[in-house]
Amino acid sequence: MSKVQKKKLLTGPIVRNALKDSFIKLNPMTLIKNPVMFVVEIGTIIVLLMVLFPGYFGAKESVGFNISVFFILLFTVLFANFAEALAEGRGKAQADSLKKTKRESFANKLVGDVVKKVSSSELRKGDVVLVSQGELIPGDGEVIEGLASVDESAITGESAPVIKEAGGDFNSVTGGTRVVSDEIKVRITSDPGESFLDRMILLVEGAKRQKTPNEIALNTLLISLTIIFLIVVVTLRPIASYLGINLDIPVLISLLVCLIPTTIGGLLSAIGIAGMDRVTQFNVVAMSGKAVEAAGDINTMILDKTGTITFGNRMASEFVPVGKETETDLALWATVSSLKDETPEGRSVIELNKKLGYPYEAGLEEGGQFIEFRAETRMSGMDLRDGLKVRKGAVDSIKNWVLSQRGQIPANLDQKSNAIASMGGTPLAVAVNDRIYGLIYLKDTVKPGMKERFDELRKMGIKTIMCTGDNPLTASTIAAEAGVDSFIAESTPENKIEVIRREQKEGKLVAMTGDGTNDAPALAQADVGLAMNSGTSAAKEAANMVDLDSDPSKIIEVVAIGKQLLMTRGALTTFSIANDIAKYFAIIPAMFTLAIPEMNVLNVMGLGSPSSAIISALIFNAIVIPLLIPLAMRGVKYKPMSSVKLLRQNIFIYGLGGIIVPFIGIKVIDLLVSMWV
Amino acid sequence: MGIVQIVAVILILVLLVKPVGTYLYYVFSNEPNRTDRIFGGIEKWIFQLGGLKNRKGMSWKKYAISFLSTNVVLVAFGYLILRLQGGLPFNPNGIGEMEQTLSFNTVISFITNTNLQHYSGETGLSYFSQMAVITMLMFTSAASGFSVAVAFVRGITGKESLGNFFEDFVKAHTRVFLPIALLVALTLVALQVPQTLNPTIEVTTLEGQTQQIAIGPVASLESIKHLGTNGGGFFGVNSAHPFENPSPLTNVIEILSMWTLPASLPYMYGLFARNKRQGWGIFSAMMVLFVLLLSLNFYAESKGNPAINAMGIDASQGSMEGKEVRFGIPQSSLFTAVTTAATTGSVNNMHDTQTPLGGITPLALMMLNNVFGGKGVGVINMLMYAILAVFLCGLMVGRTPEFLGRKIEAKEMKLIAIAILIHPLIILGPTAISFLTDLGQGAISNSGYHGLSQVLYEYTSSAANNGSGFEGLADNSTFWNMMTGLVMLLGRYISMIAMLAVAGSLLRKKPVPETIGTFRTDNGLFTGILIGTVLIIGALTFLPVLVLGPVAEYLTLR
Repeated sequence: MSKVQKKKLLTGPIVRNALKDSFIKLNPMTLIKNPVMFVVEIGTIIVLLMVLFPGYFGAKESVGFNISVFFILLFTVLFANFAEALAEGRGKAQADSLKKTKRESFANKLVGDVVKKVSSSELRKGDVVLVSQGELIPGDGEVIEGLASVDESAITGESAPVIKEAGGDFNSVTGGTRVVSDEIKVRITSDPGESFLDRMILLVEGAKRQKTPNEIALNTLLISLTIIFLIVVVTLRPIASYLGINLDIPVLISLLVCLIPTTIGGLLSAIGIAGMDRVTQFNVVAMSGKAVEAAGDINTMILDKTGTITFGNRMASEFVPVGKETETDLALWATVSSLKDETPEGRSVIELNKKLGYPYEAGLEEGGQFIEFRAETRMSGMDLRDGLKVRKGAVDSIKNWVLSQRGQIPANLDQKSNAIASMGGTPLAVAVNDRIYGLIYLKDTVKPGMKERFDELRKMGIKTIMCTGDNPLTASTIAAEAGVDSFIAESTPENKIEVIRREQKEGKLVAMTGDGTNDAPALAQADVGLAMNSGTSAAKEAANMVDLDSDPSKIIEVVAIGKQLLMTRGALTTFSIANDIAKYFAIIPAMFTLAIPEMNVLNVMGLGSPSSAIISALIFNAIVIPLLIPLAMRGVKYKPMSSVKLLRQNIFIYGLGGIIVPFIGIKVIDLLVSMWV
Repeated sequence: MGIVQIVAVILILVLLVKPVGTYLYYVFSNEPNRTDRIFGGIEKWIFQLGGLKNRKGMSWKKYAISFLSTNVVLVAFGYLILRLQGGLPFNPNGIGEMEQTLSFNTVISFITNTNLQHYSGETGLSYFSQMAVITMLMFTSAASGFSVAVAFVRGITGKESLGNFFEDFVKAHTRVFLPIALLVALTLVALQVPQTLNPTIEVTTLEGQTQQIAIGPVASLESIKHLGTNGGGFFGVNSAHPFENPSPLTNVIEILSMWTLPASLPYMYGLFARNKRQGWGIFSAMMVLFVLLLSLNFYAESKGNPAINAMGIDASQGSMEGKEVRFGIPQSSLFTAVTTAATTGSVNNMHDTQTPLGGITPLALMMLNNVFGGKGVGVINMLMYAILAVFLCGLMVGRTPEFLGRKIEAKEMKLIAIAILIHPLIILGPTAISFLTDLGQGAISNSGYHGLSQVLYEYTSSAANNGSGFEGLADNSTFWNMMTGLVMLLGRYISMIAMLAVAGSLLRKKPVPETIGTFRTDNGLFTGILIGTVLIIGALTFLPVLVLGPVAEYLTLR
């Protein structure tokens, strides 16, 4: 979470570009993609013609009114264009910063054994290049030889370099990143223009944006509502003419524009782009909007234990004395052995001692010599001034070390260390010279806050399944501690696919994270697959999202973003449609009051005059679009809770609000407009 | 007292919903049950006769084609008889053949369950036509609609298939309409409704003049007319005629006959969905809208006609113009609301003479076409609005919309778009055309706002397959016969086929299991959202014309 840079919603250049784009987007050929706004534009053009040639249309007396209608309609379209341009602009700004990374660089291509200097754009899939310290990696690829630390900050924003080596799960490198030490041989895996960076740029730019399934369905509904109101308005003129009421075309166009769902029509694509953008700002690249939408629908989440739920490194959680030793003594010597131990295990011992509140004499270690952990000895510790040798390490090594000093092995040592092992923990023995004091119980610890996160997921109706290679006993301990709904112990990547298929057969949508090549099939099978950027390129290819920070627990946030995107769309649709009631009450009396004075009874808002009523409704209809842009961009607030509560809350705000707000808004605007009209 | 009468009838209805809905579920769930013992034998014989030994489940396309082709055959048969009735038996009054466009209109009108009558039964139809065409189509059109509704419910609740049209069609006759119609007909005969094949009676009045008193097989037609929500009367004045509807008791029987089956369908749907609350939710939404509109009518009619009140005439009885004294305001008001809600179209008072505000009730109920609705159509339409409501508001729980565990996607929305578009199009379009042409305008007998309401009512009634007339419109002309004929056809079949397609598409989807994060459609909140959706999408469309018609008339009259 800490890495999310809060970007400002608006910066000068983005707004300037968006303003320019709103006019470019007036082109009917592009606007036709948004049928609701297209209808508004057609209306605008008709009113413009009536303003320009009032004689031809017999509209000489109402030129002033028509001019006002024309400008309000024009601004309605411009506001909608602006919303879309603004959302696109923020994506473009991000793409531009990525493009800077995509500089033309030179590559040392290996042809046979000869190194040839070529341009990076000439590299094709399968080429092998040599990259040395300080050079840019010319394209996406896999390390086939060597080991190097690579600075990936250009893509991830993370400044600490990462180690890449041949073989294993850390062999994938991304074009545009820089080797900071050593030299590696890289086999290129993508052709120019298809690299990860290229795809990412296209995605954040929104150039490749396709409408998501839900957006298409919603658009269908918006179009049919537009057609319905078109029928209403077109038939109203002949029907009214039977009564001798002549309805002016600009008035009818105003009614139409007010009734068709312009608010959601104008903001729909902005909501979609902004939703993708929120994912990107979170340093996750979604390969399609569809994936983000699917994230909102997830029923089951499959999480790896190590790295996602737990820290993956083992922490001291208990001191287990053996023989006749006391826990206090054990704690003391365990602490002494770890005083200069900088490994996470070592530090956790000191923390545990502090937590348990055992006494510790400061200064005991002064003048002592730290013995570092070595693979051969499998021990570390401290030689004290007074000749005491304190060690902690693997139980077997300590046993041998003590035996070599003719020490005694306490009878219950093996039994206790086996007990720890069977619970999935790691026992570390602690000894001073020839005396074994006991064991440190090292346990995999659950990341703080995970339990709360899983509670939240449960509130959203999402089931969590933990996958781990541990034995069932360990797995159940961790599962209970973390609060996941179920777990799979001793799991293999094949298991994961089985679980995913089983859940999907029940109609559920499944999300998972992964980084290894053997995760790739499961990532592809899952509805939402989040690959780690540090993972292999096979995993990244198979997934539909890539987390640049390689933090697997982010999948939870991605789900929340997906939900927020859908909610924003629903809230603004409801708001937009609920607005119609007030607009009817503004325009209908205004249309007919001249011919039927009794109609003024329906003017419940007490609007000034028919013209001011129509203009006020139109103005409200127009300005509500820019007013809602921040909401469309930021998304509605989302707190995990049951659907019933969530719906009640949102219906209250956007449904009821959508009915009431325009009554107030139109009245206030009318008070202002009435001063002139 | 008036309100007590209304409340009592509504209470009886609510009590009937559960048993009748359960019975319908037994009939159409196709699981073995007790009713098989009574009807199984005769059905087996019919199935054998029709070559329907193994009645396999159908795809939506096959179901739709079976439904349509059955209707086409029935239409052809009916048209031929009407055109040839002069030479056919059971014609004691010697009635000649019916004119082409009128025959077209009449047959369409009855096969679509509309029963808009541009003819007058006493003088236009032989007894044979009354029985072989009118009564026969009243059964078959009702059974067709019922079958489609059951298929739709099967689809959205995820049964193995939509079912077999022919099996549903036969069962709707044997287990629902025939037995109940028989029961109702006998009851009506006991309550003095004539049932005879004798010709018109000629009597000499006290003044010494002769009078023709039309009689005939009235009770049998009367019972299916209401049970099948058909509405075409034996006599021109329909259920206002003392032979069709002699007393307040027959009036209540007729109200319940047309109301009970449509009102029980939501409960049957709840049983199919294995969640009765789903059914009650839909029922409640219908009932709330019904009571709202009924109250408007009752209030307006009780207050009387301001123009007449202004003359100093006693208004304590309410506006009795065009109403039968034996029914009074409450029984007339309730009948009006039920007949337009259930799209029956029979009338026991003249809607043309209702007060302007009261006239909104029948118009609005037909415009909505989902408050109980006709045979099957009502529940289909209300469920369509439920899907629409889920689509609009379902997103607000942060999931893509699902209805009964099935995702609502672009394909369903396209089909629903067709269904919600067609209704305003075939009401407002022809209304506008009628005002634009002399042919249309020629038939309007009232000027001004009331004339507008007349035309609007005629097309609304046709589109909703209701069939009641505002009357007063000289509608037996080529123009009106053809226009309303087309509107009835489009109004019935397009939305039915679209909704069958929706059911077929939903049926193919894998259901998503329900979790705490699922949008619930079985609670009060959803019923509220559903009512809101019906009002905003269904009703606001017609607000401008309603304002120009009845509302303007009311405002200028008061």
